[in-house]
Amino acid sequence: MTDILVFCEVSDGKVKGSARELLGKAKELADGGDVTALLLGSDLGDAAEGLGALGADSVIKVEHSALEHYVPGAWAAAFSQAVEDNNPDVVLGAATALGKDLLPRAAALLEVGVAVDVVDLFEGDDGIAGTRTIYSGKALATVNVSSEPKFFSVRPNSFVVDGVEAGDGDVEDFEPDLDDDSGYVVTDVETSGGATIELTEANRIIAGGRSLKSAENFGIFTEAAGLLGAAVGASRAAVDAGYAGHSMQVGQTGKVVNPQLYIACGISGAIQHLAGMRTSKVIVSINKDPEAPIFQHSTYGIVGDLFEVVPLLTEELKAVLAD
Amino acid sequence: MKIGVLLKQVPDTETKIRVAGDGIEEGDVKWIINPYDEFAVEAAIRLKEKLGDGEVLIFSLGKSRTLDAARTALAMGGDRAVILDDDAFEGSDAYGTAKALAAAISKEECGIVFTGGQAIDLDQNSVPQSVAAFLEWPHASWIQGFEHNGDTATVKRPVGGGAVEVVEVTLPAVFTCTKGLNEPRYASLPGIMKAKRKPVTNYSADDLGVGDDVGADNARVSLSDFKLPPGRPAGRILEGEIGDQVKELVRLLREEAKVL
Ligand SMILES: Cc1cc2nc3c(=O)[nH]c(=O)nc-3n(C[C@H](O)[C@H](O)[C@H](O)COP(=O)(O)OP(=O)(O)OC[C@H]3O[C@@H](n4cnc5c(N)ncnc54)[C@H](O)[C@@H]3O)c2cc1C
Ligand SMILES: Nc1ncnc2c1ncn2[C@@H]1O[C@H](COP(=O)(O)O)[C@@H](O)[C@H]1O
Repeated sequence: MTDILVFCEVSDGKVKGSARELLGKAKELADGGDVTALLLGSDLGDAAEGLGALGADSVIKVEHSALEHYVPGAWAAAFSQAVEDNNPDVVLGAATALGKDLLPRAAALLEVGVAVDVVDLFEGDDGIAGTRTIYSGKALATVNVSSEPKFFSVRPNSFVVDGVEAGDGDVEDFEPDLDDDSGYVVTDVETSGGATIELTEANRIIAGGRSLKSAENFGIFTEAAGLLGAAVGASRAAVDAGYAGHSMQVGQTGKVVNPQLYIACGISGAIQHLAGMRTSKVIVSINKDPEAPIFQHSTYGIVGDLFEVVPLLTEELKAVLAD
Repeated sequence: MKIGVLLKQVPDTETKIRVAGDGIEEGDVKWIINPYDEFAVEAAIRLKEKLGDGEVLIFSLGKSRTLDAARTALAMGGDRAVILDDDAFEGSDAYGTAKALAAAISKEECGIVFTGGQAIDLDQNSVPQSVAAFLEWPHASWIQGFEHNGDTATVKRPVGGGAVEVVEVTLPAVFTCTKGLNEPRYASLPGIMKAKRKPVTNYSADDLGVGDDVGADNARVSLSDFKLPPGRPAGRILEGEIGDQVKELVRLLREEAKVL
């Protein structure tokens, strides 16, 4: 039996999709132990409702005005205090931009270890252990954590969960003791146009490379991405050429993604690009060079001109997904 | 002001990784500066240039070869290397590494520290946040814009979905750097010559008082069972008329792969 605390990120008043995955997996690993969901924010509204159905036996709500924006010092303090109070064996969070930043700082405060960005979790010789990719995905290793509790951040979309046993989902509040001044003030949030899906959490991605030839041409993906509910990614060559924003870069010096479906269009498949997407469940590539290395890593490949194939694909998706 | 940079030496991205027991074979590995750390070095040098004063310290914990990476940063314009090379550090996890680096930063009384976003060997993305926690300083991650205003710095950081946060951070603080922040300069030939004579300070675990936190025995996190990733089953290149290929692809995605 293992007591597991699951940090669930809240966005726009709702827990993020990763909560389902993490709570479901936690329920399985707990093997009769308690599964507790932990929520942090300044106004959580009714985000804590319904977590029982996802497997949470209880829910800890930590609401404080200092937690309105992600402020690393304040969040790590609140997080570590709630963990200490709950005293679990294992703490899980999603390896999102926020989770990857928060867990190591909170773990340091508790003087415990954190295994980051694991793609699997299992019962090992010494409690729960994980699997992670290292050297940009060129090797895998088992990661063991000897401290109590053990912290893990989990790469989004690592687990498929269905049919989880519900918990009570009883909600309780926890009052953190926070400094008023953390020396970190968010003064503005600049958004660039419409809301886009965050690559690292996306379940489907369609990505383009240098071959797109211009920023305007990236628009060729818009309709297909909309139909698929996909995020749009890019190779570094496309980013360096100014065709796509830095935040869209997939790869070793960009983002590491883990979708169910990755469609690479006009991307050669350099090792540094593969480093960011090789764990995708299904990889489709569209490239006019039959010798392009990306084909060796693809589930399905089409040898052809992306400017011809992508519009055809968009039409076919429209027809098929309409049914 | 002393401006600190955390710099790690890592295998070149083109290196073919060979697994050997609970580690990798290091024989033919070419070692480089962690690519993200170059942005940190550049940010530190630019800050010194702007202030017209200060000392850029390159902190690196690692085996003796780590001095080569630090020398490259000195050739770019760093002033002094602070090397943490001691058998006691062998096998340290991110926690121990951060404890030692935080102690060295305290000892040198740095007023600001720049680091890479993550080290591309173990991809941990843990050391800078832990260093900041131990120093009780604020930290801001993955910054893409940096402006120094005296007691504070204003930074920009992407927060997902294309949004960018503007944050005012009180110094001293730790900043982790990424692509888009700056274009790291190349080391010039005179720079490389000068770097050979720049000072190097060495600290042992005892000097830093971190003997109980570092080394494999004190590690909270350890890696074992290294293996190569499973090969992907041979993929299928579709054939025929392009329109038919697209139809077949969508059918396969729905019926075979079940991802639509
Ligand atoms: C330290 C370091 C870090 C790096 N980090 C990253 C990273 O994070 N992410 C990353 O992506 N790269 C990274 N790179 C760069 C990487 O090595 C490659 O240069 C890059 O991925 C190539 O991008 P590309 O495939 O778009 O371009 P190219 O290699 O130029 O390939 C273009 C491909 O498009 C095909 N093509 C051209 N026209 C068409 C068309 N009309 N229809 C269909 N196919 C077409 C071509 O056949 C070719 O295969 C890094 C490199 C280094 C050294
Ligand atoms: N051994 C080390 N010596 C100096 N700096 C390090 C070391 N390990 C990590 N860092 C710094 O911390 C950043 C993130 O590393 P990591 O947390 O290991 O992914 C790196 O980009 C470096 O700036």
